[in-house]
Amino acid sequence: MKVSTTRNFKANAAEQLANETLRAALTKSKGHFTDSRAIAAENLPEFEDLRDQSRDIKDHTIENLDFYLEAYEARVKESGGHVHWARTAEDARNIVLEICKSVDAKAVNKGKSMISEECAINEMLEENGIRAVETDLGEYIIQLRGETPSHIIAPAVHLTKGQVEESFRANHTHLDPDRILEEPPTLLDEARTILRQKYFEAEVGMTGANLLVAETGSSIIVTNEGNGDLSQLIPKVHIVLASIEKIVPTLEDAATILRVLARSATGQEFSSYTTVSTGPKREGDPDGPEEYHVILLDNGRTDMIGTEFQEMLRCIRCGACMNHCPVYQSVGGHAYGWVYPGPMGSVLSPGLLGVDEAGHLPNASTFCGRCEEVCPVRIPLPKLMRNWREQEFEKHLSPGAVRVGLGLWSFFARHPKLYQLATGIQMRVLARAGRARGRLSSVPLAKGWTKYRDLPAPEGRTFQSRWKSGERPQ
Amino acid sequence: MSEAPRVALFVTCLVDLFRPSVGFAAVKLMQDAGCTVEVPEAQTCCGQPAYNSGDRKDTIAIAKQVIAAFEGYDYVVAPSGSCAGMIMKHYPELFENDPAWAARAEDLSSRTHELVSFLADVLKIEHVDAAFDGTVTYHDSCSGLRELGIHDQPRKLLTDIDGLHLRELPDANVCCGFGGTFCVKYPDISNRMVSNKADLIVETGAETLLAGDMGCLMNMAGKLQRNGANVRVRHVAEVLAGMSDIPAIGEAPGDGVKS
Repeated sequence: MKVSTTRNFKANAAEQLANETLRAALTKSKGHFTDSRAIAAENLPEFEDLRDQSRDIKDHTIENLDFYLEAYEARVKESGGHVHWARTAEDARNIVLEICKSVDAKAVNKGKSMISEECAINEMLEENGIRAVETDLGEYIIQLRGETPSHIIAPAVHLTKGQVEESFRANHTHLDPDRILEEPPTLLDEARTILRQKYFEAEVGMTGANLLVAETGSSIIVTNEGNGDLSQLIPKVHIVLASIEKIVPTLEDAATILRVLARSATGQEFSSYTTVSTGPKREGDPDGPEEYHVILLDNGRTDMIGTEFQEMLRCIRCGACMNHCPVYQSVGGHAYGWVYPGPMGSVLSPGLLGVDEAGHLPNASTFCGRCEEVCPVRIPLPKLMRNWREQEFEKHLSPGAVRVGLGLWSFFARHPKLYQLATGIQMRVLARAGRARGRLSSVPLAKGWTKYRDLPAPEGRTFQSRWKSGERPQ
Repeated sequence: MSEAPRVALFVTCLVDLFRPSVGFAAVKLMQDAGCTVEVPEAQTCCGQPAYNSGDRKDTIAIAKQVIAAFEGYDYVVAPSGSCAGMIMKHYPELFENDPAWAARAEDLSSRTHELVSFLADVLKIEHVDAAFDGTVTYHDSCSGLRELGIHDQPRKLLTDIDGLHLRELPDANVCCGFGGTFCVKYPDISNRMVSNKADLIVETGAETLLAGDMGCLMNMAGKLQRNGANVRVRHVAEVLAGMSDIPAIGEAPGDGVKS
């Protein structure tokens, strides 16, 4: 599985916060995503109903996951494809490698896939002397730079166009060094020209899946560049690597979810390309792969079924939660330290990595609720993050100082008379200390607060003591 | 209701400790609207610090205490969307497996309101007897906005005040970075969030910032003042109750807006 640095979240975040280029890139993208989603939602009268329906479809499917997966497997086989079950990321890597070896593959063309990130497929391919070529523009850019995606649908959102230009000039050295490369269209044209040649060089094409359809044994991907189509149609072998919760019962269900997916993700009514693949090339088909393989990855997901985290398996990976998350927008996706950033990652990562490894993530939220407000399948993300905090607390994983402070506070909160006595004294001391200016710039035991902001001084006596002495509003 | 509604004030810990004036403003607003207001003595905090830290056992103990202390009143009102949201939305969830307490929690939930929505939605107040001279901007606290749907109510009551001009704050619905214990557990991230917020507040050119939750207000006031910004910060209840002559949050008596 991909190596995680989520334990270092605080340090990662501090580093990213100091990165002014990142800040410029995030500031530029933020309004675009949130405004577009709001307009798309408003323009579709049944949008809220579709969210309910999508939630219900996913709930029903997860409740009957074994049934639909087996039905799907049967349909894939009927259409001439192969289905492989991968319990772990390592299983998935081994299956991919085996298929690649069977056709003596030198290169694999890849459509964008977060499951491929989760399983660290590129690293495995490179180790085995097989070239992995990312064909999604954002993925291509970060592959050139040796980086990981910082967002699940916009992998290079952390970069400015100046940085992209820099990478292209450094890597595409066969092109005229004096060429003009400042505007996004020129960057896009250059990437397209280079990638077009590579499509014909690979023996294997790999994609993820936005949806798997049990009724037909189809996999569906949505893209805006058409790169997924070329990746899967031209090579001899097409491998679909997807996690098991991507399954839906029917094409009709898939259509319902597609209506909320793009609107939530980019604010588009539909992605530019919606590609449905069913089995290998049939006799008489003008094109298509000779072999069609589906690898169904579990990697910890079935362990979430039947737990308080089951609702997380509804996620359709639109990225709306991170687009609207003020924490993500402050620190960027790399700070999270593993494959899935933002609120969905803060719930999913502890499930897949363990709460002892990823415990920071569900804590680093203000519970502002914007993620839940925009989630197309209505996952109660703050509630699920709180569930992780409860598990941490029960396992005594929260820091000692926090536990002691909280225990002391809880004791007083449960004893009103003592509470009023103790807080009454504290507030009078603080009020006296802050009397001259009305605020304090430095308070012992409150450094986390006063490092960055003043602490407003209390007015003096507490409300309850003043009320008890008979004071009333004038 | 023919008799005056009997209202219990849940003053909230931050108002109780840091800004009692907001408590008195709340009492005044409700008395002016014909309510009898009482302050049950056995109140401390709604339990959110424990709840959001994963300490469910202490949260339940505190919630039971609040439920018992506030039984029998027609309404329970808090000058905070966050604390009212805790009682209204989260208390019932705490007792999912305890039917007796669940019923009591549901009962309290149904009687509880955030102050401004209580005035506007329950008491149907459209006008308050207050004066204000100046331009204000308004930040929507997350819990009030998203858990309780408080958005139009404060704006309607504020814009009805003679002399008060409301200038909308861009990204008013984006979190200020307070988040309870979040602001001290992740100070660097919280700082970025409140810095963004402070910049947007200053850009509006408003002289006064208003909101309905003391936590957010102390966070934003503390940042604005650390930056030397020329903005006064008040709880919306102070303005609605005509108490804008008291020193603003984080100001000493006699402090004015620096010019």
